[in-house]
Amino acid sequence: MESRFRVLFLITLVVMVSGCAATKNLFGIGNDEAPPPTSEPPGQVIDPEVERREIKEPAIDREDFEIGAYAGLMSIEDFGSSTTYGVRFAYHVTEGFFVEATFGQAEAGLTSFESLSGGARLFDDRTLTYYNLNLGYNVLPGEVFIGEGRAYNFNFYLIAGLGSTNFADDDRFTVNFGAGYRFLLTDSVALHVDFRDHLFDNDILGREKTVHNLEGTVGVTVFF
Amino acid sequence: MSELSTTTIPSTSRSNSSSWYVCLIALALLAFTPGHAEAADDVLRKVAVADPYLEMHTGPGRGYPIFHVVDRGESVDIVMQRTDWYLVRADNGTEGWVDQAQMELTLKPDGSEVDFARATLEDFTNAKWEGGILAGDFGGANVISLYGGYSLNPHVSIEVWGSQILGNFSNGWMGSVNVVHETWPDWRFSPFFTLGAGVIHTSPKSTIIQGDDRTDQVGHVGAGLRVYATRRFLLRAEYKSYVVFTSRDENEEVEEWKVGFAFFF
Repeated sequence: MESRFRVLFLITLVVMVSGCAATKNLFGIGNDEAPPPTSEPPGQVIDPEVERREIKEPAIDREDFEIGAYAGLMSIEDFGSSTTYGVRFAYHVTEGFFVEATFGQAEAGLTSFESLSGGARLFDDRTLTYYNLNLGYNVLPGEVFIGEGRAYNFNFYLIAGLGSTNFADDDRFTVNFGAGYRFLLTDSVALHVDFRDHLFDNDILGREKTVHNLEGTVGVTVFF
Repeated sequence: MSELSTTTIPSTSRSNSSSWYVCLIALALLAFTPGHAEAADDVLRKVAVADPYLEMHTGPGRGYPIFHVVDRGESVDIVMQRTDWYLVRADNGTEGWVDQAQMELTLKPDGSEVDFARATLEDFTNAKWEGGILAGDFGGANVISLYGGYSLNPHVSIEVWGSQILGNFSNGWMGSVNVVHETWPDWRFSPFFTLGAGVIHTSPKSTIIQGDDRTDQVGHVGAGLRVYATRRFLLRAEYKSYVVFTSRDENEEVEEWKVGFAFFF
């Protein structure tokens, strides 16, 4: 009896184990458990429930604009030399080209006639104001050295443009051209030394003529 | 300027409110300022060098010498961009300028390519905003104009113009609103037609004529050409025929020719 039970038990065990291992659906048990073969690609055992993080990239800081102020001397033809000051705004289009707008003013002195005659003034409002829209080109970019361990970037640029000068109660179409140095203290702060000639037609002294008004300035600008 | 983000707060605040302070400090500390130095402790965009090496120049331009090289596999932080040059910082703290062509060969930390967008002819066609400067002749007087425009679609845009007119006998200004139609906006040389109305103010020169200031309404038609130059830069030339609706018996007709340049955004 004992051996018959043992044989039966062993047979049942063998059938169950083999059925589970090799012929899972032999008795139709596994039909419900088996997933449809088309629902998942083979090998996808675990479905990772990890949320993808959207990484926002910081925008690159563009520093193509330059703003600053300048001061210097302006020689107004027939009206002596005086201090001048103004503001400058520029946009760098390429490493070579930039466009620039300047607004400046100077105080005109007396003509020789006015000084010698003693009284009569040709006009009262002696303030000269101007604006210019210019195109510049960095002709000679390079480096300058101070001492042994320091190098600074600098640029020699040529610049020309059009604008308007308000002088002696009238607006006058003005052409200006010149050259300057831009000396970069850091990558964002620059010193300027600039020379310009402002040309406009002037008939204040009775006869229409083109006058040259030379201007030399130093300034500071910041890139942003 | 349009790409300012939270990560660039140090540089923006520096350039706005405290720019003069920075200028003065910079002047005073000239002797103590190390060359090619830039301190910006903000979150930066990191890229990995995929080319054999990345060349760092001392300045953002073609002539500046290469003073440092970053090897393949190492990464650099992008500090800022000026025109087509990028100021990058290597892991060892060295900062230098790299041109766009080399930057395009770098990879993001996840291995994908970095997109260093550069304006193209397609942007010239589809850009929404435009602004420029033109100068020329307005019925014998000189004219300087500024304009800004907004595109409703690639063909039609609306522009606002402001002009200063500087003549031998009188000066003045003019403001107008225009509708511009471009027939072939995808062409590099794109012709356009324009129609507009505005106001013109003229005042005689003080030394020549004793007259009165006048403000009149003005209408115009015109045609011109926009030419894509490079990056965000375009050249523009145009002709406009104006009718000035004067308070006198006859209207005045003025022809205007202008050339100049503009940017699109």
